[in-house]
Amino acid sequence: MQYLEESYDIVVVGAGHAGCEAALACARLGLETIMFTVSVDSIALMPCNPNIGGSSKGHLVKELDALGGEMGKNIDRTFIQSKMLNQSKGPAVHSLRAQADKQSYTSTMRRTLENTDHLTIRQAEVSELVVNNGELTGVKTSSGAFYRCKATVLATGTYLKSRCIYGEMSIETGPNGLMAANHLSESLSKLGIEIRRFKTGTPARVDKRSIDFSKMEEQFGDKVVVPFSFSTDPETIQKEQISCWLTYTNETTHEIIRKNLDRSPLYSGAIEGTGPRYCPSIEDKVVKFPDKDRHQVFVEPEGLYTNEMYLGGMSSSLPEDVQYAMYRSVPGLENVKIVRNAYAIEYDCIDPRQLTATLEFKAIKGLFSGGQLNGSSGYEEAAVQGFMAGVNAAMKCLGRDPVVLDRSQAYIGVLIDDLVTKESKEPYRMMTSRAEYRLLLRQDNADIRLRKIGYQIGLVSEEQYKMLQEKEIAIEKEIKRLESLNIGASKEVQRFLEEHESTPLKTGTTLAELVRRPELNYFMLTEIDKQRPNLPKDVAEQVNINIKYDGYIRRQKQQVLQYKKLENRKLSIEFDYSNVKGLRKEAIQKLNIYKPMSIGQASRISGVSPADISVLLVYLEQLRHQRKETASREDES
Amino acid sequence: MNTIAAIATAASSSGIGIVRISGEESFQIIDQIFKGKGKKEKKLSTEPSHTIHYGFICDGDEVIDEVLVLIMKGPKSYTGEDTVEIDCHGGVLVTRKILETVLNYGARPAEPGEYTKRAFLNGRMDLSQAEAVIDVIHAKNQYALKSSVRQMEGAISKRIRQLREKLIYQIAFIESALDDPEHISLNGYGETLHKELGPVKEEIDELIRSSENGRVLSEGIETVILGKPNAGKSSLLNALVGEERAIVTDIAGTTRDTLKETILLEDLSLNIIDTAGIRDTNDVVEKIGVEKAKRAADQADFIIYVVDGTCPIDENDEEILRVIKDKKVLVVLNKSDLFMVLSVEELKEKTGHPVIVISAREQQGIKRMEDEIKSMFYEGKIDFNDQVFITNARHKNALFHAQKSLSMVEESILSGMPEDFYSIDLMDAYEQLGTILGEAVEEDLVNEIFRKFCMGK
Repeated sequence: MQYLEESYDIVVVGAGHAGCEAALACARLGLETIMFTVSVDSIALMPCNPNIGGSSKGHLVKELDALGGEMGKNIDRTFIQSKMLNQSKGPAVHSLRAQADKQSYTSTMRRTLENTDHLTIRQAEVSELVVNNGELTGVKTSSGAFYRCKATVLATGTYLKSRCIYGEMSIETGPNGLMAANHLSESLSKLGIEIRRFKTGTPARVDKRSIDFSKMEEQFGDKVVVPFSFSTDPETIQKEQISCWLTYTNETTHEIIRKNLDRSPLYSGAIEGTGPRYCPSIEDKVVKFPDKDRHQVFVEPEGLYTNEMYLGGMSSSLPEDVQYAMYRSVPGLENVKIVRNAYAIEYDCIDPRQLTATLEFKAIKGLFSGGQLNGSSGYEEAAVQGFMAGVNAAMKCLGRDPVVLDRSQAYIGVLIDDLVTKESKEPYRMMTSRAEYRLLLRQDNADIRLRKIGYQIGLVSEEQYKMLQEKEIAIEKEIKRLESLNIGASKEVQRFLEEHESTPLKTGTTLAELVRRPELNYFMLTEIDKQRPNLPKDVAEQVNINIKYDGYIRRQKQQVLQYKKLENRKLSIEFDYSNVKGLRKEAIQKLNIYKPMSIGQASRISGVSPADISVLLVYLEQLRHQRKETASREDES
Repeated sequence: MNTIAAIATAASSSGIGIVRISGEESFQIIDQIFKGKGKKEKKLSTEPSHTIHYGFICDGDEVIDEVLVLIMKGPKSYTGEDTVEIDCHGGVLVTRKILETVLNYGARPAEPGEYTKRAFLNGRMDLSQAEAVIDVIHAKNQYALKSSVRQMEGAISKRIRQLREKLIYQIAFIESALDDPEHISLNGYGETLHKELGPVKEEIDELIRSSENGRVLSEGIETVILGKPNAGKSSLLNALVGEERAIVTDIAGTTRDTLKETILLEDLSLNIIDTAGIRDTNDVVEKIGVEKAKRAADQADFIIYVVDGTCPIDENDEEILRVIKDKKVLVVLNKSDLFMVLSVEELKEKTGHPVIVISAREQQGIKRMEDEIKSMFYEGKIDFNDQVFITNARHKNALFHAQKSLSMVEESILSGMPEDFYSIDLMDAYEQLGTILGEAVEEDLVNEIFRKFCMGK
């Protein structure tokens, strides 16, 4: 049976971190949006670790916030501990991570969605995509309802034909025992979309009362909490925080694991999906790092509402009895009681190289895809893709230009470019090393990089954008002041320098020069900087970083200029490369399959050589000449 | 596109050299180094296009040469970009100095054929030419990767590849430690890296030095030693090369084939071709040698004419004089250790070229001869293939930049910067070395093609 229920501008399939961002972005832009989920209770669920952010993932959240996404605001409202990681390293690798109260994170996000105009939430399984002449016209649910729409964003996460496994147990459910979505994969396959199978895993949750914390190191949050969101007032989020705990595995743990490897579905062959190298199970770690005599185990609260604790670093798919033995060999966990077993989850996802950089399927107009379905892993990676897919679906409906961030603008740009360009055989996790222009893509300047784009999209308010402009002016003004303010070798200055083990001045110098000294910084110089204006902390921080690392920043900007040259040479995705004389066969094949959007992107496709790029450049010039000649002929006639 | 510069003329005896700058920053660069006549400031960027200006090229306070500067604003120039031509008249050394000044103020050395390439890319070439280019690329592409590497086959590319491997290892180490701090620690890494960089920098220094002296072996001034049989050509070659390469005997005509040898005179490299003596001969084998010698002389940039001072000018010498007419020649009056029947004045008048007296066998006068060759070169009396210079300038430039980037890494280590800062400059050094091997996208096949396919500049 089939009937038309309703028409919408946008359909979003899935209500995880990608789906939420996609639906909010579209609805906030005024488009009638419907979001489907297999369970309304699982909106913005955190089925794995209880934290948001972390190395490079924190960058993603801050960028998302600058563009007008929700994740940063939501975690600011619901965190129970917060920490700036890597503080001993340079500002480019500082990363914010917060422990969430899972329940509160989920319900707060749900409330936001429920109270957003133009947004409808519907519990139903979308089982079919309806495509006409390469163009999406709507979706069907398993109950037979047809929803007409202008664009659809798929954000199905790990739910497609998902299967949870530990030991010999294999259950066909999504995470946390939620219903899997078993029909959509087939519909995708029928439409010619290539499906892959990935796997990931999660550790056990245990009862807090069964843990001996005296054998563990306590991990505190930061004294002063930095918010994720640029619109959160830092004053409002300073609160009492909950501790995490650190303990370690030992040789006994490793011995137990090694002895039982044959019972692990990962090694026995029961799991076909490919797992991430960068988020390995404990059995993977023991096998791959045989020299390591211990591994870290972070014991983290799942929230204030529960006694459940998450055992970070010990995800596993070993049988229940082995899980017990292995966890109980860890100091502090000798008498631990498991609430939920660790398990691996296997699911269908797509090869993201079937997408353009706007996250639209090249072969199906109007169909967008974001999140774990695209082969990524992690809440943050999912959220930013969901957001970009949603924004581009909306831009399409509104007849506006798509929004694509490049590798020099944002980690989001790096993430999406990697996904749609490079071959990846495992779930993709964001890492700082993936960003070539790391020093420019700092978490502290995400607003300066991206606020304006968010404003242009229409998801950042006039007021927020004005605030940013004022901030930029204040930064610039203060930098100018420091660069031009000469400071003499007065007794006071010399004494100050001596106190900070800095070489005394021979002649006068500018304050900026002093900021650049490794042992000094902008904040320390307050003492000898008599005319310093009272500036907000985030302004002062930008002043300090921009002056202190000026040389490095300039060199990195040079590298970006080089990169942009090829990036700015656009290619049409309609382009047929078989017509290009001089390209090697392999290159023609790859280019025809992946249809890059620019010469730069083409150069990153494996199998396309620098020589092929040269051929393309020459060919493009030839085309341009032809067009010019035709144009001038038309002018004459 | 960034701004490029190169010497656009082969240094000729007229002594006029042209340095051509092309690209967005051409005017910005010339404004910084050009001073008009008198004291008044003259900004060429504000002058009308296609005009010529008289003045001086200066590096700071130092005046380098008196010049004429032709300015052409894009798109009405050969390359379609803003173009500046500096005509100077100080010979090779000064022309080169001007080029270096231009490079110091922001241009980079042009690749061979790059002017043509830009002309094409900026729409200054027609379609048929473009299609021909594509055909050449098509043929080339079959072994594109291999050939770009083979360009620089041998010891130098191997050394550079090893250097790159060392750098990429360190970069990878830092990056993996940043991503996986649980398993990889950066404690004390700064010191380790500093130690690792020492030898790398030394090797780059060595390469820079070698590029200053010898450049690449196959490149240099094509030089032919001519002289009638037994005039002492092979002895001279031995004296210059410093080892017994050519066979020296007293029997006329023992050097049957041409030998190739490279001699380094500080900044210059001479590719010396020793030839069979030129004389009328019925010996078939030797006849081939003589033909070869004549041909070699025709193609040479520079000729060293060895005259036997112990016997008068004969018809063999007359034959040689005909061959070397209108060529760049140094006359070497050999066998000063024996009784000489010829004088310097006599030869100067007869040949119209500078004359140096030596004894190849006793190794006397060799140093003076070398000095004379150098000064002929620097005064522009010897033509040379300017591509040689450009290629080397480019390599040297890349090495120099790589070295600078590594120094910055050291600076970062010494000033206690966090480890993640090291990789910015390490990566730069890695990329710079990559451009020498043709492994960067910029240094691509199009450059190759244009160098070989299209006419000069």
